[in-house]
Amino acid sequence: MPVSREQLEEIALSRKEYNLIVQKLGREPTEVELGLFGSLWSEHCGYKHSKALLKLFPNKGKYVLVKPGEENAGVIDIGDGQIVGFKMESHNHPSYIEPYQGAATGVGGIVRDIFTMGLRPIALMNSLRFGPLSQPHNRYLFGGVVGGIGGYGNCLGIADVGGEIYFDDCYTGNPLVNAFCLGTGKAGELVKGRASGEGNFIMLVGADTGRDGLLGASGLASRTFEEVRELRSAVQVGNPFMEKLLIEACLELAKTDWIVGMQDCGAAGLTSATVEAADKGGSGLDIDVQKVPRREKGMTAYEVMLSESQERMIVIVKKGYESKVRALFDRWELHSDIIGTVTSDRMVTIRDGGQVVAHAPVEILNTPPVYRFRPKRPAWLDGLQNLNLSKIKDVPSGQAGKILLKLLATPNICSKHKVYRQYDHQVGDNTVVLPGSDAAVLRIQQTPKAISMVCDGNGRYCYVNPFLGGVIAVAEAARNTACSGAKPMAITNCLNFGNPDKNDVYYQLQECIKGMSQACKKLKTPVISGNVSLYNETRGVAIFPTPVVGMVGLIKNVKHHCTSAFKHSGDIVFLLGNPGDDAGLGSSEYLELIHGKVEGSQQIDLETEKRLQDCVIKAIERGLLNSAHDCSDGGLAVALAESCIQGGLGFNGKLDIKGRLDTALFGESQSRIVVSASPGAARRLESLAFRFNVPIARLGTVGGTQFNIKGHIDLPVSELHQAWWNGL
Amino acid sequence: MKFGIVVFPGTWSDRDCYYSISNILGQKAAYIWHKDTDLSGFDCIVLPGGFSYGDYLRTGAIARFSPVMEAVADYSQKGRPVIGICNGFQVLCEAHLLPGVLRQNDHLQYRCQWTYLKTINTSTIFSSKCKQDQVLKIPISHYEGRYYADDDTLKELEDTSRVVFRYATPAGQVTGEANPNGALNNIAGIVNKQGNVLGMMPHPERSCEDILGSTDGNLIWESIIASI
Repeated sequence: MPVSREQLEEIALSRKEYNLIVQKLGREPTEVELGLFGSLWSEHCGYKHSKALLKLFPNKGKYVLVKPGEENAGVIDIGDGQIVGFKMESHNHPSYIEPYQGAATGVGGIVRDIFTMGLRPIALMNSLRFGPLSQPHNRYLFGGVVGGIGGYGNCLGIADVGGEIYFDDCYTGNPLVNAFCLGTGKAGELVKGRASGEGNFIMLVGADTGRDGLLGASGLASRTFEEVRELRSAVQVGNPFMEKLLIEACLELAKTDWIVGMQDCGAAGLTSATVEAADKGGSGLDIDVQKVPRREKGMTAYEVMLSESQERMIVIVKKGYESKVRALFDRWELHSDIIGTVTSDRMVTIRDGGQVVAHAPVEILNTPPVYRFRPKRPAWLDGLQNLNLSKIKDVPSGQAGKILLKLLATPNICSKHKVYRQYDHQVGDNTVVLPGSDAAVLRIQQTPKAISMVCDGNGRYCYVNPFLGGVIAVAEAARNTACSGAKPMAITNCLNFGNPDKNDVYYQLQECIKGMSQACKKLKTPVISGNVSLYNETRGVAIFPTPVVGMVGLIKNVKHHCTSAFKHSGDIVFLLGNPGDDAGLGSSEYLELIHGKVEGSQQIDLETEKRLQDCVIKAIERGLLNSAHDCSDGGLAVALAESCIQGGLGFNGKLDIKGRLDTALFGESQSRIVVSASPGAARRLESLAFRFNVPIARLGTVGGTQFNIKGHIDLPVSELHQAWWNGL
Repeated sequence: MKFGIVVFPGTWSDRDCYYSISNILGQKAAYIWHKDTDLSGFDCIVLPGGFSYGDYLRTGAIARFSPVMEAVADYSQKGRPVIGICNGFQVLCEAHLLPGVLRQNDHLQYRCQWTYLKTINTSTIFSSKCKQDQVLKIPISHYEGRYYADDDTLKELEDTSRVVFRYATPAGQVTGEANPNGALNNIAGIVNKQGNVLGMMPHPERSCEDILGSTDGNLIWESIIASI
């Protein structure tokens, strides 16, 4: 049966891809088979556009236990038999169509990725991007997304420890919603997502299957944003209560020896869960869709296999243990139904009662083509990277305070407490550093250890210089990690880009990945999991290339952790690291907010960066620092002001300014950290910095109620606080 | 002594209560499944926070019909201690073991933050280790925490000193600004007539260690332990 153009469009496969399927199978695929191919060969499941580039990421390390692609999430060993698994995933398209449910099910999906492996999810973070809140529709999306994250996450009892939120015109009509989840467990107790052992049962657990979310992977995630508006039915509806029951039941099951594997039904539902499990297990499977419990009548085999109904899991049960497993799920009042068996023939066989509707080799189904494009450096980058300061007026000294207040109040910099107070960030009794500092810190119960979590990304930097933007995304995440006292361990990421068929978008993707890889190698933070979200564009205009890094660090002794707030009057404030130069103004928040310009490339030297981070970690470990805060958006003046606001203390200091005032105050030069230390520790800190070959400069002292940078800014901290607190 | 921690489908602070009671306070603790009805081995019953039955219909409305709740009612009628935290408070109100109801927060948003509780009554078995007017730093995490009761009930609660904790400023002033959810009279926790059932919205199990920001929750647990 020749396939129509409309049919191919519905599942987002090209004619060429269709022909490849026919060639590999040696025949035309059936309707159900075509549906399976459409999902498994989508970018969301198959990474066909990005796979070649993703290989550039370093993914080895002595503590890496599970690498990208091996299981649902990457896993690292934090010593003493304890393991930590984490992953970040995007839910951009669904969140645009239906912000509350889109964001909620994004949380649900990433949480399932963690507990599927037998790890208990203990923390969530989110990285969000919206258009300016001055536009009502952006405000609607923002409110819906935050509501959905809270509504779903709070019900699960997993601490949501913050993340990051940025606003820019380019995300109008194309918001980014990336959810990051971390779980802990014991080494040796990992559950794998594989189906093996002929005759073992495939059990479907949790919610009934409906038509919701049909074609989510191929339909939504493969289209640009103006195309998806009409696809509201492709967004799933979440039931966090069901998910909470699944978490508890599956973690209980993970401790038994009754199963060989577990896999969640995420993108492409039953299709990807079963085929991927069979592929990893080197087996085949035989499923009867008639055995799948449904919430709607008249669903076809095609619809059952491609539904993305939430809160469902596949459990591969050892033959003979099925009644025990069913009793366990019954106790949690969850459905469990045997829908098929594992076979050894490496074939996917789907039956609809007596009729076989699909019968294709696992390997063909799960081996999408890999595309390489010819990346082309866009000509417009040259102009963009050049920062012509002669055309940009420096800040008159009398205006510096006013500009600082403006920067503190801008939604990209101001306090996000109005968001994170809607998330339960303390459940679990682990959260040591609450949202709002450079990194969240969670202790590992019954050990002296703690882990840090951060999300970082700067679309503007990547837009102007994709390679360095990629480097900086990783470097800044690591710097934030170091500021908490944690040693950076590994990263996950979400790569949010436009349509990769366009040469310049593919160039951005390639350069960002190269930049991130270089930084990951230098900073010894392998990439252990991740996700790619392409086609982020509306009316032909792509978003800023926005790779988001989720980094996890390890603190040996939680007593030695650090936050960004100044702690004591009389402490001495230092700038550790790069003194900064005019390149720091490039693509800065200041340049955009005050001068309306996005131009000029940032610069970074990874050697300097590494030394700085090592020095800060050592200083915190030795108890020399009372605060540490990364200089990022808004530069040194904003970093100092934030440490004052958060500590409720003033600052009195003097800057050694040789060149432009705006560079000194608001430039975002990389590799700089503002720290404070007691007078007794100051000398030791200076000699430590000297030993690490890290520049250190005394800026002033903590104390009083004024924020005073001599000759330039003199404002009450209360006024800074007010601007920063009420910005959103 | 031995604490019994009730687990409904959807409960989540069961684990935090268990951790704090056993690891920080060094007491015995065990989980009680919502279908169990034998509470004879326990010296205190804890109804923890969470979203029992997804909080569908109305918070606590379904949980009150669990088999365990009949046993909890019997247990409380014998004068034995029951503490309901957050969702547990909501369940106790739905089960009429405490008067009043917890409505949606007045700002219609979920709220997770530190709150400061002024100890109003130190003569209960849940607050005997606190000093009069002592301010406890204990966090909240809820969407439906606005305590409400009709005028007569409220008057009775106040006249009989059954308000145990009120939301206050860190300095102990009971103000509108210190009230995180619009609760009547800044009520954060109340006891029943007999004084053996406490309901409170804030989470004492989250404030038992310095590393988590406060140890004030221990005063409540230690008061219960001292009463047995």
